[in-house]
Amino acid sequence: MNPAPSIIVFTVASGAGYGLLFWMGLLRPLGLVPSSAGFGALAVGIALLLIMLGLLSSTAHLGRPERAWRALSQWRSSWLSREGVAAVATFAPAGLFFVGVIGGGGAFTTLMGLLSAIGAAATVFCTGMIYASLKPIRQWHHPLVTPGYLLFGAFSGAVLLTLFAAFWGAAAVPAAIAAVLGAAAFILKRAYWSSVDAAPPVATMESATGLGFIGKVRPLDPPHTETNYLLREMAFRIGRVHAQRLRRIASLAGFAAPAVLLALALPFGGALGGIFAFAATGLALVGLLAERWLMFAEATHTVALYYGQEPRA
Amino acid sequence: MPADGGASDRIIYSAPVGDEVKTTTCYMCACRCGIRVHLKDGRVRYIEGNPDHPVNRGVLCGKGSAGIMTHYAPARLRAPLKRIGPRGSGEFAEISWDEAMEIATGWLKNVRETDPRKLAFFTGRDQSQSLTGFWAAQFGTPNFAAHGGFCSVNMAAGGLYTIGGSFWEFGEPDWEHARYLMLFGVAEDHDSNPIKTGLAALKKRGAKVVSVNPVRTGYSAVADEWVGIRPGTDGLFIMALIHELLRTDRVDGAFLVRYTNAPWLVVRNPGGADDGLFARDADGKPLAWDRARGAIAAETADLSPVLVGEFTLPDGRKAQPVFHLMAERYLGTEYAPEAVAERCGVSAERIRRLAAEVADIAFNHPLTLDIPWTDVWGRKHETLVGRPVAFHAMRGISAHSNGFHTCRALHILQMLLGAVDTPGSWRYKSPFPRPIPPGPGPAGKGAKPNTPLAGNILSFTHGPDDLLVEEDGTPIRIDHAFSWEAPLGLHGMMHTVIGNAAKGDPYRIDTLFMFMANMAWNSAMNPLDTIACLTAQDENGDYVIPHVIYSDAYFSETVPYADLILPDTTYLERWDCISILDRPIGSSHGPGDAIRRPVVKPDRDVRPFQEVLIELGARLGLPAFVKEDGSPRFKDYPDYIVNHQRMPGIGPLAGWRGEDGSKKGVGEPNPDQLQRYIENGCFWRHHLAPEESYFKHANATYLANAKAMGLIGKSDQIVLQIWSEPLQKFRLAAEGHGAKQPPEHLRERVRTYCDPLPFWYAPLEQQQHDTEPFPLSAVTQRPMAMYHSWGTMNAWLRQIHGANKLYMARARAEEMGLAQDDWVWVESRSGRVKAQLSLMEGVNRDTVWTWNAIGKRAGAWMLTPDAAEATRGFLLNHVISEWLPAQAGPRLANADPVTGQAAWYDLRVRVTKCAPGEEGVTDPLPTMLHPPPNMPEPPDILRYHAGGAKP
Amino acid sequence: MTSLPTPPPGAKKLGLVIDLDTCVGCHACATNCKEWNTSGHMAPLPDRNPYSAGQEGVWFNRVHSYEAGEGEEGRTVHFPRSCLHCETPACVTVCPTGASYKRAEDGIVLVNTDICIGCQLCAWACPYGAREFDDDAGVMKKCTLCVDRIYNEHIPEKQRVPACVSTCPANARHFGDLGDPDSAVSKLVAERGGVALMPELGYQPVNRYLPPRRAPKPDAGPPRDPGPLPSQITNPLLRWVDKVLSR
Repeated sequence: MNPAPSIIVFTVASGAGYGLLFWMGLLRPLGLVPSSAGFGALAVGIALLLIMLGLLSSTAHLGRPERAWRALSQWRSSWLSREGVAAVATFAPAGLFFVGVIGGGGAFTTLMGLLSAIGAAATVFCTGMIYASLKPIRQWHHPLVTPGYLLFGAFSGAVLLTLFAAFWGAAAVPAAIAAVLGAAAFILKRAYWSSVDAAPPVATMESATGLGFIGKVRPLDPPHTETNYLLREMAFRIGRVHAQRLRRIASLAGFAAPAVLLALALPFGGALGGIFAFAATGLALVGLLAERWLMFAEATHTVALYYGQEPRA
Repeated sequence: MPADGGASDRIIYSAPVGDEVKTTTCYMCACRCGIRVHLKDGRVRYIEGNPDHPVNRGVLCGKGSAGIMTHYAPARLRAPLKRIGPRGSGEFAEISWDEAMEIATGWLKNVRETDPRKLAFFTGRDQSQSLTGFWAAQFGTPNFAAHGGFCSVNMAAGGLYTIGGSFWEFGEPDWEHARYLMLFGVAEDHDSNPIKTGLAALKKRGAKVVSVNPVRTGYSAVADEWVGIRPGTDGLFIMALIHELLRTDRVDGAFLVRYTNAPWLVVRNPGGADDGLFARDADGKPLAWDRARGAIAAETADLSPVLVGEFTLPDGRKAQPVFHLMAERYLGTEYAPEAVAERCGVSAERIRRLAAEVADIAFNHPLTLDIPWTDVWGRKHETLVGRPVAFHAMRGISAHSNGFHTCRALHILQMLLGAVDTPGSWRYKSPFPRPIPPGPGPAGKGAKPNTPLAGNILSFTHGPDDLLVEEDGTPIRIDHAFSWEAPLGLHGMMHTVIGNAAKGDPYRIDTLFMFMANMAWNSAMNPLDTIACLTAQDENGDYVIPHVIYSDAYFSETVPYADLILPDTTYLERWDCISILDRPIGSSHGPGDAIRRPVVKPDRDVRPFQEVLIELGARLGLPAFVKEDGSPRFKDYPDYIVNHQRMPGIGPLAGWRGEDGSKKGVGEPNPDQLQRYIENGCFWRHHLAPEESYFKHANATYLANAKAMGLIGKSDQIVLQIWSEPLQKFRLAAEGHGAKQPPEHLRERVRTYCDPLPFWYAPLEQQQHDTEPFPLSAVTQRPMAMYHSWGTMNAWLRQIHGANKLYMARARAEEMGLAQDDWVWVESRSGRVKAQLSLMEGVNRDTVWTWNAIGKRAGAWMLTPDAAEATRGFLLNHVISEWLPAQAGPRLANADPVTGQAAWYDLRVRVTKCAPGEEGVTDPLPTMLHPPPNMPEPPDILRYHAGGAKP
Repeated sequence: MTSLPTPPPGAKKLGLVIDLDTCVGCHACATNCKEWNTSGHMAPLPDRNPYSAGQEGVWFNRVHSYEAGEGEEGRTVHFPRSCLHCETPACVTVCPTGASYKRAEDGIVLVNTDICIGCQLCAWACPYGAREFDDDAGVMKKCTLCVDRIYNEHIPEKQRVPACVSTCPANARHFGDLGDPDSAVSKLVAERGGVALMPELGYQPVNRYLPPRRAPKPDAGPPRDPGPLPSQITNPLLRWVDKVLSR
């Protein structure tokens, strides 16, 4: 699949935003993050900013962005519509939560925070399901894809939270959470890769054409000699060596290194912890962008079979 | 409530397709399908097949369906052009038609008043040769032809000299009854849609289809068996089938003695002037040896001939039946399956099996139709009994220098099986069969100033006396057709015209006048040399070919090399006549013809070529084009179509003749004729009665009716010719007999190749150079979506074929260390071209091939110079030579020695991987062509839309 | 609407049956589809770079060529590919706007281009590549099964079939109700063993492809005497000396 920058930015940014929102909504009432208005404004504000940035970016992928509102209508069947509904629905409590944290908070703010956390989780769940429900793309139609989206969102949100909390000298809890999630994400992603690498193709050129009874099927001529939308969008291919390098970057820089750095930040704390958190954030950002780029680049669509791409690169 | 896309979608279920619909005839290739053109607001909304049309019955191919894009292409020329820069510079000035006609008339008048031969008038894919040929004869130049010489004259000549018809457009399989069809060298070809429809019908019935072809695409792809033969060896394969049929005695003796010259006696007098000619009686009638009566006229109704042996004629000469000579030749060990297998790339066992299969169908499963008929001897038969084995062949066997004999061999195979115009076999398309060979010799001798030539320029030689040569054997024609170099050059030799004109061989010309022939690119063997000839200058700086006039509808690669451009219309803007005098749309069911009529008005300053030609004829005062007072005889092309009479009562169209439109074939001009055609969907078709539908060569009813309709001159039996006496006459001349003999340097060649019985020889070019370094045969074919139309100006078709690759057998490539998409050099004895490789299973392992005419020169056809056609598309033509390898004596065309057919497919090449850094762009890559003035800027996006959408 | 409709009893399942045994790969179906539809219900079908490098356009029907099997034993197969009008089309259910819908009455899958937002998720959801994005209009387009032809009273009844079917010279395309087991197309599918593409994905395509037929065995009858070799007889011509032939 074509790694469209708009979608990569969208899922990474909004994933981190929702993750941050989730943790703020959850941890603030528990007093595990600073309760100051400044911290709240920063963290929830950045979360909302990332979410809006992501959603804005996603509209760049639309042919008719001015009609985007129509996407809210088909929540009964479409995960994309559900994602939209969840995102819009989350804005209400999240906005009130933002106002609440600035205003000092209270039970209402706590309630809004918790609702925001639920909304954030639901939205990211929908995002994951958009991909996981697509049968023609076996790397997406996989049980670890949605958990992955949830985990990576929670992880990146926690990393950001750690960074912000470090300024308040209260990064221990978020750092611990982020370190654990980072480790979990590392394990999940490795498990996912080994699973998709071992899984059989969902279809073959033989089943795609119904010609397998004659023998091996090979392409002779494509319908048109130049490229087309389907090929650009769905027959993107990445070299094996390149993919392996990016996998290392994603899993090590994106998950393992931040997890270690944040774990190290725990005992050190202070400025050094802040530096570790800062480094972890940077690494996680790079790693997640790589992870998301790979998520697309390594995904194979059955339509590529018609153009002669073997089920595996 | 969620939005309901279905509930709010506005679908107009019953919109009228357009404001009006007009029928006409397609011109996207040579198939001539009937089309219905729907117009909306004056724009073409939809082109579909005409369900009532006999050729296509409602279907329409990929090209025809893309006609809108051909019609509206930005590459359409806009106005007459006069060259103002050097040839090839593309510097033109737009001029008025008046000025253009004055320039053309000035040049041509001078030529006609001095030496009419100095006009070379050659048309390309044109379908109005009855007019263009007639015009040339009126002008007085012998130098006329269309593109048949580089297309399929071997097929036409092989058939017309053997069975009085041919595959091509002159015959077709009995699609309704055949049980076995063997195709030879058929890619997308004449007739494109009827073949597709016919194959589907055949397969539905469970008939077997076998395709003999080096490449398994198109029709070969749907064949039940594919025989991946090596190019140029089809003749060997066919003769091995003949060998097997003779060896196993599975031949239709009754058919041979009734319908062929198998029983005719051939004089055996080695060294004598009559050797190899038919023994004839005092009336000139060929003799046969009757079992009881000895030598009697072969036409005798109750003849019981002896087919083998040597007999002494009453005058004491020895003679042998044709059958004897034929059997002797093909039973020879050189034609045994074992002897040919390796060369053909087909195992001996398989050849034997295929021979047994066709014999089985022919002889164990004859097809009987309960239709009474009467033969030429007046005998009534209650049924029609046929051999349901059909053959069809096209360019794959034709475009070789041994193609003529190969085509003839295939017809002999049909005769042995009794499978000529019988139920289930190959059938003649009306107006064929014709006498063998038809008509008098070609016109062209004694060209004089201001004098028309009498007769047809492209006609049929019967012997040396008909050749167009000077006393010393020098060709009369600029292309050397009908000379000793190509005694049966029926269609001319367009591939040699420009080279010969530049060399002055046999003389210099003044004006080269071409129509729809892309001779500066894909229509030329060796385009770059052809361009060099077109731009060659003499010591004074004058062009060696002083004037070039070109007519085309589009900015093709040839346009920049002309001095005067006469822009033609598109096919939807013109009148045309698919004439019974030329290449009509008849079928085995009966004769027919068709018209094309304008369905939209040109939005440019262009005129249909035929109309321009008729006006030029009048301006030049050509007798048939002016009245007594010198004023134009015809107002326009439609006037010509209706009122021109070639012979009394015979004109371009056969339908609705006579003053009241009641006559067929022969009748006075009918002023309402075109209207009647339009009312009938722009075609006319006469349906043969069942009793005249088969055995037309010997069917008394058919022959009488065909004569009455003017299709043939006599109603005599057309005896199929196994032994070809005209060829023997040329051979005798080469052996030193008669007044007209070939010049010394051609004597052996004529003696060898003018063999009265087909034989196989290695293609000439392969005989004459060391093929060891060039192990692969290289051939081309046209893709269906671009067959017979160059197509690249068409925005839809160029998406389907925007670049071409070189196809090679996967196993062969792997042995050579070559991989899919590698860039390779394709080298021949005459040059090299760079291409990208594609591997496939279905190609003969000693053969490489590509789609032809996809590669374009940068800038032409109004494509931007970075277009894939120019950068990745390539022409195999660059490595084909129009001349045979260097040899002693004058140069000879790379062509069939009998017919002059361009031997495109004799090419041998080697393929090597490009050096690193050479990948990505083809080579040669000639400089970009600049468009003529005022051509439209092609858009970046095309949103073609002619109504019918949502409100 | 985006949720799949429950077809009323007796609802049609209109679709195509494509005969891979006779398709010669002429692209007639592709270009005729293009010319009909570029001025039809989903007009236009735009073309980018129509006269320069990188020419590409919106086509509802594309003809691939494949080779199956090895060497001479294999087959070349031309393979037209268009929307299969699936019974459970995910391209419809994933659509967030309802623009993509399946009709209850005849099963045709359509896009309402007035409300499509061009998110292209339907293209991802379609395993067969049947979705065609018009990046000029920013909306998704696709085969309409010529919904503006098949019910069109201005067109003679016999020709009220999709343009691709009407024009196919090789009779390789058939149109009809695949929900009716007695329809001509259903019978054809049964007789020829028509297959659905990638059935393992569970989209339940309506269109069927008729596989290339096995070559018929030549009906050679009882084996005949292969005949003598020329070398085994002194003069093979002698066989015909006494053969009595007459007209």
